[in-house]
Amino acid sequence: MRLITHNMLKCHVKNCTDPDKQFPLRFKDAKLEQIEAERNDEFLVRMLPRIEWAALATTANELGIELPKEVPANPADDDAFLQGLHTAIMEMHVKEGSMLCKGCGHEYKIAKGIPNMLLAEHEI
Amino acid sequence: MSRPEHVAPPELFYGETEAEKYTRNSRIAAIQAEMTLRAVELLNLAEDRPHYLLDIGCGSGLSGEILDEDGHVWAGLDIAPSMLDIAIDKDVEGDLFLQDIGQGLGFRPGTFDGAISVSVLQWLCNADKAENRPRYRLQRFFSTLFMALQRGARAVFQFYPENDAQVELIMGIAMKCGFTGGLVVDYPNSKKARKFYLCLFAGQAPGGEKHELPQGLSGDGGAAGVAYTQARIQGAKRGKKARKPAKNSVEWILHKKELARKRGKEGVPLDSRYTGRKRKPRF
Repeated sequence: MRLITHNMLKCHVKNCTDPDKQFPLRFKDAKLEQIEAERNDEFLVRMLPRIEWAALATTANELGIELPKEVPANPADDDAFLQGLHTAIMEMHVKEGSMLCKGCGHEYKIAKGIPNMLLAEHEI
Repeated sequence: MSRPEHVAPPELFYGETEAEKYTRNSRIAAIQAEMTLRAVELLNLAEDRPHYLLDIGCGSGLSGEILDEDGHVWAGLDIAPSMLDIAIDKDVEGDLFLQDIGQGLGFRPGTFDGAISVSVLQWLCNADKAENRPRYRLQRFFSTLFMALQRGARAVFQFYPENDAQVELIMGIAMKCGFTGGLVVDYPNSKKARKFYLCLFAGQAPGGEKHELPQGLSGDGGAAGVAYTQARIQGAKRGKKARKPAKNSVEWILHKKELARKRGKEGVPLDSRYTGRKRKPRF
C-alpha cells in the first residue's frame, strides 16, 4: 500500500466516529519497500488539495521519510518538492506491519502489502 | 444456469482453484476486459490525464490492468484472499485491500474521481451469514461510497441482477444514500450479450455540467461474446477427434495391444518396427 492511499484511509468501525482519532491510522512495525514509478507532476499537483498534509508529514517522518512540514507556496514549480512528494506517496509501499486506530484501537494487519480491513461482528 | 452467489459466499467460492480458473480462462478475461472498458467509458472521465479511481471487487486485477494501461492511479477492494494473491503475483500497480464492502468503506470524504465495479453487486444481496442483512449492508456500502467520491464523480457497476426486485432494491437504497442516475442496459434484445450497468452520480460538481444518463448500446452487438462460446465448443469437438487415432493405423493397433496387455490378456504380439506395416505385394 502506498502512502497516498494511506492518507485517504480512516477507521471504518461503526462506532468509531471521532474524526480527530479515526484518522490517520498509525503504522506499527512497518516494513517499507521502494518501487520505482513514473512521475506525473500534473497528477501530484491535482491531488495536493485532497491530501491532509499534516497527517502525511507526520506519518512519513515516523517511517523515516523526509517531507517538509508545510507545502511550499508554489508547489507546481518546485521540482525538489515534487520529487520528494512523488517518492513518498507513489513509490514507498508498506509491505508488512499493521495500522492502529487511535479511537477504537482496532488493528488492521498488513500482509504482503495488503491491509486486512475485515471487521468483527460487533464492529459493523 | 446456476448463479455462483447461490453456491457459497464470495471469499469461499473464489478459493484457490476457482481464482486460478477465473484468471486463466481467456474467455472470462476477454469478457471482463470488455465490461471494464465499457464501465470506464461510462465514467465519462476527462481525457488524457490520470485519475484516482476505486475498483470495487478488483479480484485478480483483470480490471486493474486496464486502469494501469490508461495510466490511472487506483485502489482495489476484494473479499477473496486467493484472488488478491494472484493480483499480487501479476504485479498490478494499484493498492489492494482485503475488505468486505458490505461493512462500509473507510475512505475520507471526496477521495476518488470515480469508482468502477465488475460483477460484484449481486453478491451483496446475499445473506450467507447470520449477521448479514442485505438491506443494511447495501445501505452502509452506498452511503460510505457516496462520501468517498468527489462531488460530481460517477460510480459504474456492471452486475448480473437476478430479478427485477433485486434491481429495485439496489437502486432504491442507492437513491436513498444520495446518488442519482439509473440503469443502462446494453444490447437489451440479445439474451447472451445483454449487460446491466448501474450508473450512479454522486451529486453535482459546482459549476459542472448536468449529468445525463448515457444510452445503452443496441443491436445484437455481443457478437464477440457469442463467437467465444462457438470457438470453445468447436475446439472441444476437434480436440476429441484428434485424440482418437484412425482405425487400423499403427497408433490404433499399438493402442489396442496396450489395452489388451493392461487387461492381462495372454499372447499379445510384441511391438516391433513391423507392427501395423503393409506387406509388399507378392506377385
